[in-house]
Amino acid sequence: MTERYDVLVVGAGPAGLAAAGTAAAHGARVGLLDAQPRAGGQVWRHDVRKPAPRAAREAIAALHGVNLLAQHSVIASEDGALRVETPEGSALLTYGALVLATGARELLLPFPGWTLPGVSGAGGLQALTKQGWPVAGKRVVIAGSGPLLLAAAATLRAHGAKVVGIHEQASPDSVHAFARQLLHWPARAAQALSLRARLMGVPYRFGSIVRHAHGEDAVRVVEIEDAHGTACVDCDLLAVGYGLVPNVELAQLLGCALDHAPTHPHVQVDELLRTSVPAVFAAGEACGIGGLAAARIEGAIAGHMASGHADEARVLLPERDRARRFGALLARHFAPGSRVHALATPQTLICRCEDVTLGALDGYADARDAKLATRCGMGACQGRICGTALAELGRFPRGAGRPPLFPARLATLAGLATSPSDDASRSTT
Amino acid sequence: MSVPGYDLIVIGAGIVGAACADAASGDGLRVAIVEPGPIGGGATAAAMGHLVAMDDDPAELALARYSLRQWEAFADLPEAEFSRCGTLWVAREERELAAAAARAARLAAAGVEAQLLDDQQLYELEPELAPGMSGGMLVPREAVVYPPRVARHLVARAQSRGAVLYAGRRVQALRRGGAQLDDGSSLSGPVLVATGCALPALLPQLPMRARKGHLVITDRYPGLLRHQLLELGYADSAHGDADSSVAFNVQPRPTGQILLGSSREFSATDAAVSPAMLRRMLERCFAFVPALRELQALRAWTGFRPTTPDGRPYLGAVPGATDQWVAAGHEGLGVTTALGSARLLLDLIQQRQPALDPAPYAPSRLAA
Amino acid sequence: MSATVRLQVNGQPVEVPAGASVAAAVAHWTLHFRTSVSGETRAPLCGMGVCFECRVRIDGVAHQRACITPARDGMQVDSHD
Repeated sequence: MTERYDVLVVGAGPAGLAAAGTAAAHGARVGLLDAQPRAGGQVWRHDVRKPAPRAAREAIAALHGVNLLAQHSVIASEDGALRVETPEGSALLTYGALVLATGARELLLPFPGWTLPGVSGAGGLQALTKQGWPVAGKRVVIAGSGPLLLAAAATLRAHGAKVVGIHEQASPDSVHAFARQLLHWPARAAQALSLRARLMGVPYRFGSIVRHAHGEDAVRVVEIEDAHGTACVDCDLLAVGYGLVPNVELAQLLGCALDHAPTHPHVQVDELLRTSVPAVFAAGEACGIGGLAAARIEGAIAGHMASGHADEARVLLPERDRARRFGALLARHFAPGSRVHALATPQTLICRCEDVTLGALDGYADARDAKLATRCGMGACQGRICGTALAELGRFPRGAGRPPLFPARLATLAGLATSPSDDASRSTT
Repeated sequence: MSVPGYDLIVIGAGIVGAACADAASGDGLRVAIVEPGPIGGGATAAAMGHLVAMDDDPAELALARYSLRQWEAFADLPEAEFSRCGTLWVAREERELAAAAARAARLAAAGVEAQLLDDQQLYELEPELAPGMSGGMLVPREAVVYPPRVARHLVARAQSRGAVLYAGRRVQALRRGGAQLDDGSSLSGPVLVATGCALPALLPQLPMRARKGHLVITDRYPGLLRHQLLELGYADSAHGDADSSVAFNVQPRPTGQILLGSSREFSATDAAVSPAMLRRMLERCFAFVPALRELQALRAWTGFRPTTPDGRPYLGAVPGATDQWVAAGHEGLGVTTALGSARLLLDLIQQRQPALDPAPYAPSRLAA
Repeated sequence: MSATVRLQVNGQPVEVPAGASVAAAVAHWTLHFRTSVSGETRAPLCGMGVCFECRVRIDGVAHQRACITPARDGMQVDSHD
């Protein structure tokens, strides 16, 4: 089964929604695919109990003529087409132009106890909660770095959780310097104030890190360290996230050049968001963490470019540059510090798929060497968690990926549609 | 500047080079190992790790049998991940089953136990096989290992006996009485070239082709399959000369994962996974085990088998050279025959009487 | 479309809001989603389909990510693999 699009957009978050809407407005036949069941991406993830933000509703409502392909996961690239897997089977999508709006994932770093049930990412617990995870009445500790901690806390509180505290690893000086910069970004400042108002009464500590999670079958107590010492706090859930890293695996699979500096790779694009591969554009977090505003404006630029309207794309460049400067500000003030990098002990599991400890990796020169000897990174997450963490910890960069892009049914790799009727249609096309 | 001297400079630390370094150091030789990449990082890392006797060439069978006996010493080594799952050869047609009787007899004559199975016995052993199979042949003592870790173990054991590993170094050229490395330094002593597909870079007079293969590994499904499964027609693919071929060859790893093969291509030179070849290979596997279709694949990869014109490895002295030896070209049987190859080669180097007739593997048979 | 979905987790009935994930349904009964290769109990980490810690068996099919699979009426979810 092959479907053809003028413009195919991968990722239905803010960047992808903007790209798809923009390209469709130019009359292009547009497909917008996402592995998740609903459009919105992470930041605009559908909430089963709360109405979506207005901007998200508008972006989704603006998708006139766009073919929204939910629960479509890109598996491989086959001769200029994308092989996707769906719950029903698989399909081959061809395109005139491709927009990579693959977004970001949370930076999750190892510490003793991080594999206990009840310990998750901060954005991770927010996402789970929006999809109905029961948190009402639960005591939650939130830790890590960046403004995402506040957003996660606000969602959890709105769903009835008792947020015991928010622990930001960045130093008080760094956070206060960031707050002063916010004066130049009135909309962001207003957003931050509104979040703080929704979190009235919740302690928000700086220079404070979760050292250790304890519990038998699930987390019960966390050890928190700040400038004054270490304290133990009882909780039912612990949510720890250290900011975001770009999802570049599809770009890499397609052969797009990546920028590896400083720690985590992002897709290399020129001013007009062209990657190194002809007809492939990238927008939003995949090009480096820039935040929601940058994602939306870049999505629009990529939508114009992918449908052949470079002049309209150029008009948006000043706005884009300004949005990107805010992203750079975040990276500067919330980067994980050395105390965070030193949390994992030699006994701490680093590869959660294959249960490989950090100590087991001593003496290996690179990711492939370590993988062949210890199985680190050989599991279902394909090194997305451990490889990214090891890069952040300064061990070695993540190894090159191998197809499939995500684990997929063998039938999908064989190019088969799963249902017999689809098999029949495949043989006649 | 003094040039370090050795009794044997092993070039290449794949499973074959590692086995040679281990055997040489065990013989008391002063050994150097030169490897530019990870140990066991070439064909060794791409291999299935199936220890199997193929009976269609008497010389290959003799070498495999000799080597399989030595593999028994690794049965309890944790790093080897040795799993005696046995090999189950599956017959789709009566014709294949009839041919299997002759194969079982050849294996038995070489001292390899093999049992013929009717269809009922076959399905008792592997209920997930597709209906309609005729029967099969079980070789119960055969096993699977994890080759890259075995290669590391062998190198580490050689090092513990004093062998010196030149990691990250490449041999630029063979010199009279030694080898020159890519950092400009030299090593002196007899050399043993075990560089697999890269053999022509150092020994262009020995013909070698790289034969590409694909493999896919799944998530864990413990108990789904119990034996290394191959179709009885496998040898037609493995030892035929078709430019591309596939054969059903599926392995339950000790982890519960399923490893799926196999494909063979001579003309493909780039390492990328080919969707078309993958499709052919997987459809072949589905024809034998339909339940495979719905399993979650974690990774697909390719590797290159070092292949000589007659399919047998080069084991012995480099023709026309002094103090140059070669152990390369094992095609798909490098893991199975590595230990035996090393033993045979060390006997030749040390001027002992080898346990096997070395003539069928002599490099001079094919040297240009 | 009804506002809730009824399914079974390890044989126990669960009712979740329409649009909820299988992960949410499992969490109503247990935080044991899967057993790691060394025998540890694991539960979702990333919540967005990346970490594969939330793999469960759904309607007999093993290794499905609970966090990106919407709960549906009549689903049989098994988290004891």
